[in-house]
Amino acid sequence: MFRNLDWPTVIIYLIMVLAGMVSIYAASYDFDNASMFAATEFSGKQLRWIGLSLALGLVILLIDSRMYETYAYPIYIAVLILLAVTPFLAHDIKGSRSWITFGSMSLQPAEFAKFATALALAKLFSSYHFDLNAKIGNYVKAVGIIVVPIVLILLQNETGSALTFMALFFVLYREGMSGLVLFAALFAVVIFVVAIKYTETMILGIPTGEFIVFLMIMLVMTAMGMMYSRRYEIARNLFIGFAVAGLTEYGLDLAGITPPTLAINLGIIGVACIYVVVEAIRCRRPKLYVAAATAVLSVAFLFSVNMAFDKLQPHQKLRIQVALGIVEDLRNAGYNVNQSKIAIGSGGFFGKGFLNGTQTKLKYVPEQHTDFIFCTIGEEEGFVGAMIVTLLFLALILRVLAIGERQPTTFGRVYAYCVASYFIFHFCINIGMVIGLCPVIGIPLPFFSYGGSSLWGFTILLFILLKLDASRKNVLSY
Amino acid sequence: MRKNYNLEKRKYIIGGFVVLIALIYLVRLFDLQLADEKYKRSADSNAFLKKTVYPSRGLIYDRNGELVVFNQPAYDVMLIPRDVQPFDTLDFCATLNITREQLDKRFVDMKDKRMNPGYSSYTPQRLIAQLSAQDYGRLQEKLYRFPGFFIQKRILRQYNHPTAANVLGNIREVSQADIDRDDYYAPGDYTGDLGIEKSYEAYLRGVKGTEILIRDARGRIQGRYEDGAHDVEPISGRDIRLSLDIKLQQYAESLMVGKRGAVVAIEPETGEVLCMVSMPNYDPTLLVGRERGKNYRKLVQDETWPLFDRALMGTYPPGSTFKPTQGLIFLQEGIIDLHTTYPCSHGYISGGLRVGCHGHASPLPLKPALQTSCNAFFCWGFKAMIDRRSKYGSSAKAFEIWKNHLVSMGYGYKLGIDLPSESRGFIPNAKFYDKFYSEGHWSANTIISVAIGQGEILATPLQITNLGATIANRGHFITPHVVKAIQDTVMPSEILEVRRPTIDAHHYDDVAEGMRMAVTGGTCRRAAIPGIEVCGKTGTAQNPHGKDHSAFMGFAPYHEPKIAVAVYVENGGWGATYGVPIGSLVMEKYLTGTIAPERKYMEEQMLKSSIFYAPAKKK
Repeated sequence: MFRNLDWPTVIIYLIMVLAGMVSIYAASYDFDNASMFAATEFSGKQLRWIGLSLALGLVILLIDSRMYETYAYPIYIAVLILLAVTPFLAHDIKGSRSWITFGSMSLQPAEFAKFATALALAKLFSSYHFDLNAKIGNYVKAVGIIVVPIVLILLQNETGSALTFMALFFVLYREGMSGLVLFAALFAVVIFVVAIKYTETMILGIPTGEFIVFLMIMLVMTAMGMMYSRRYEIARNLFIGFAVAGLTEYGLDLAGITPPTLAINLGIIGVACIYVVVEAIRCRRPKLYVAAATAVLSVAFLFSVNMAFDKLQPHQKLRIQVALGIVEDLRNAGYNVNQSKIAIGSGGFFGKGFLNGTQTKLKYVPEQHTDFIFCTIGEEEGFVGAMIVTLLFLALILRVLAIGERQPTTFGRVYAYCVASYFIFHFCINIGMVIGLCPVIGIPLPFFSYGGSSLWGFTILLFILLKLDASRKNVLSY
Repeated sequence: MRKNYNLEKRKYIIGGFVVLIALIYLVRLFDLQLADEKYKRSADSNAFLKKTVYPSRGLIYDRNGELVVFNQPAYDVMLIPRDVQPFDTLDFCATLNITREQLDKRFVDMKDKRMNPGYSSYTPQRLIAQLSAQDYGRLQEKLYRFPGFFIQKRILRQYNHPTAANVLGNIREVSQADIDRDDYYAPGDYTGDLGIEKSYEAYLRGVKGTEILIRDARGRIQGRYEDGAHDVEPISGRDIRLSLDIKLQQYAESLMVGKRGAVVAIEPETGEVLCMVSMPNYDPTLLVGRERGKNYRKLVQDETWPLFDRALMGTYPPGSTFKPTQGLIFLQEGIIDLHTTYPCSHGYISGGLRVGCHGHASPLPLKPALQTSCNAFFCWGFKAMIDRRSKYGSSAKAFEIWKNHLVSMGYGYKLGIDLPSESRGFIPNAKFYDKFYSEGHWSANTIISVAIGQGEILATPLQITNLGATIANRGHFITPHVVKAIQDTVMPSEILEVRRPTIDAHHYDDVAEGMRMAVTGGTCRRAAIPGIEVCGKTGTAQNPHGKDHSAFMGFAPYHEPKIAVAVYVENGGWGATYGVPIGSLVMEKYLTGTIAPERKYMEEQMLKSSIFYAPAKKK
């Protein structure tokens, strides 16, 4: 059995959990400190969790791989029930009701929903003749499997954990969902950020952010016109139209007249939409409708963002503004991120050395042994350490993707993509927030952050994949 | 299974996306950790509390090794505003014995940018200055309850003898100007003000040290950074040994009580100032501690100007104490010799001009003229020199030569004593009179009063004493100075450099003899000290501010002099009234350590007498 095990993954896993334990020791190190292995220390406790995880991993490897496919739905349902009852069993910890206590241990069921949901999704896709694009009902089923745990976890007030399931849309994309969905999501985020971030300055009479969004919409329309019609004249005509509009605005501005930029932009985009629709009918290129729809929806989104943002609660507004770097708020919402940037930034190339980080030792960075563990690494091990951890995650994710692609079964492949998606999401968001590139969403760095539930959750997730992969040769390819 | 190769390509998009994110993060890490030093600095200012450790300021001893000025600790309550957490203000106020209102006011003042231009919530700010030892003790015990607060130890001065405030000076908190001028200073530091505390600041202050403490996110001190490995020990200031004899200083001050003026004594051989009294004086302890500002204002507003060091900054007509300079110049220029006599008919009468004098033999040569302080002799001599066109070409040229001799004797310019704010006095030059009377329209008689130290001539008591020291040395002097030695420092050789006026040394013997005669049988008879050959010259200076000033300049003993002294008592009348007794008592005390019984009455007189000064007119 161990002969077929994917050892590179196992080695990366072992390096990560051990490095994690050492980092936890460093992060919670106090000046009068006990040994790294003392049971009273976070690091000592983490060691216990690691031991249990390895045992758990071994058990998973010993179970027949077909069991996972067979019992995918029952496991999923059981976890959903657990999630549903959790808020009633859990104590309130910082406003969140997601922890169930067994004696001295507490577990967070949300972490176990990850592998259960992955199993369920894999099971769905591996059902006979399942084609995501065959009928709309398949989308409903797939999205449903993803959304139910999200809703249940949101009910526990664990927004961060809930959001991680959104990563599973990568899986849907891999299994045939149109890239347009991901593109639309990305484009929406970009519009949101740009429109909110650049409101201070004006270009040609409208806020800079709005102006840039209009430019992007025109660009996307032109590109889509080219892509979907495979006819160069359409793109050319669109480009000429937009250029004329832009030059008119610029000319008016030069002449000292405030140009009606908003009206001209809306007008030209409207004209372009009509042109594209006409061309779609004339050339029988129904895909061209997408270009028009994208433009219309984008403009609508732009205006609704501005309106919605004004309606947000002040503290929510502030959080967004701080995350986008519009407002510097070093005492409250921005405190964590600023301190975290200071800690990492002060690490330099080689870092300050193990246990020598002043920022983490002196508790300037909150949550440093859990969500902000990457800070300790950045401060004490410097750029070298931070780079190694980043590359380890990159290697793990790419390895998991490779494992997925070599699976003979749809079940194995979809499951692997689920695993990769979770890691991608945690890696992007956690490190991104610690280095100040993402808003602060409280999710752990897999295998590094302190906590048994998260470690167990990710271990189960990864070892089921290892088991499926190890026994792929035994599965008849059909 | 069927493979959809079109979909399989999507693994590159997902993989590419992850690689892209990882690349962005690496660039960001590079930017944070390697490109930008800002975070490193922020981290240090986060975690390290750099506490200044103030060095002990140099002590000040007198010439005999008597400790004069030493240090006492004071404790400032400091805080770093951004580290301060809500605290129990009632407890805090009770500990320091202040009211809630006072505390609130201190916070408001501290944050007021006008009163405290260096305010920043990130740097240590002073809340309360100079706690008493008891308050300090109580607060120290409770300090852990007030995160963000700490106590800064500082050094204040304390005085063994409340005397010589004008020489010693004091210390004050630095001003913004001091900080701009010298980057050694930080807000809240102390610097010397007036006296040697100012002029020797660089030696006395030492070098500040720093102690690096580790501070956690709640502002609590967690200990010393790497056990103090990066701390910088302060270097104590250097001790200074004054040339002043503090006992003599006190004695001279006691003789001057009730009078205004100055007494300066110099050891001629070395130029060391033995005492330097300016009256009215003030107690230097007034300028120590929390009351300093109030007391300083009082002193500034005091109409008797106690802060004005009359010995250095007071410029007075030297009167007859100036006559020896004239004798020296006339001898040097060959205007007179020792046998040249001039008539005196109760004064100098020339061209309708009369300068009065008193009864004595006439005509008379130089030495008796010094003995009797004959005005006429020096007026005639002055006229003979200034109006000798055959030798000098014009009165103006003659006057320039006259003036240059005086300048070489230390008049008209700062002598260069090692104390701040010395005044240069005033010796006019020919241009001055050219402007005043227009060129060629003045001659000796126009300005005759300068010959007897009146008119435009102004000198500081220090310059007058320096003349005494020069005569005592028979023709040279050493720049007067008040510091004899600095710990671990070689005194600059310039300080003992011999300065020779442009008068041949042997002429000084004759002037010294004249001054000796003034004591044995002239105007200074009261200066005679049993067993010591005293030389002296009285001065009675007319002045536009009322009664004549009483002055005396002398030295003793006649051979191998040990002390030169000048006394200047404002509105004291005849030189013999105050100047002579005070000057001779100071010399006697210094030379014999006591006052002869037959002179005790004079000491009594001086200790008890005081002069009534009309209140100054409001300006």
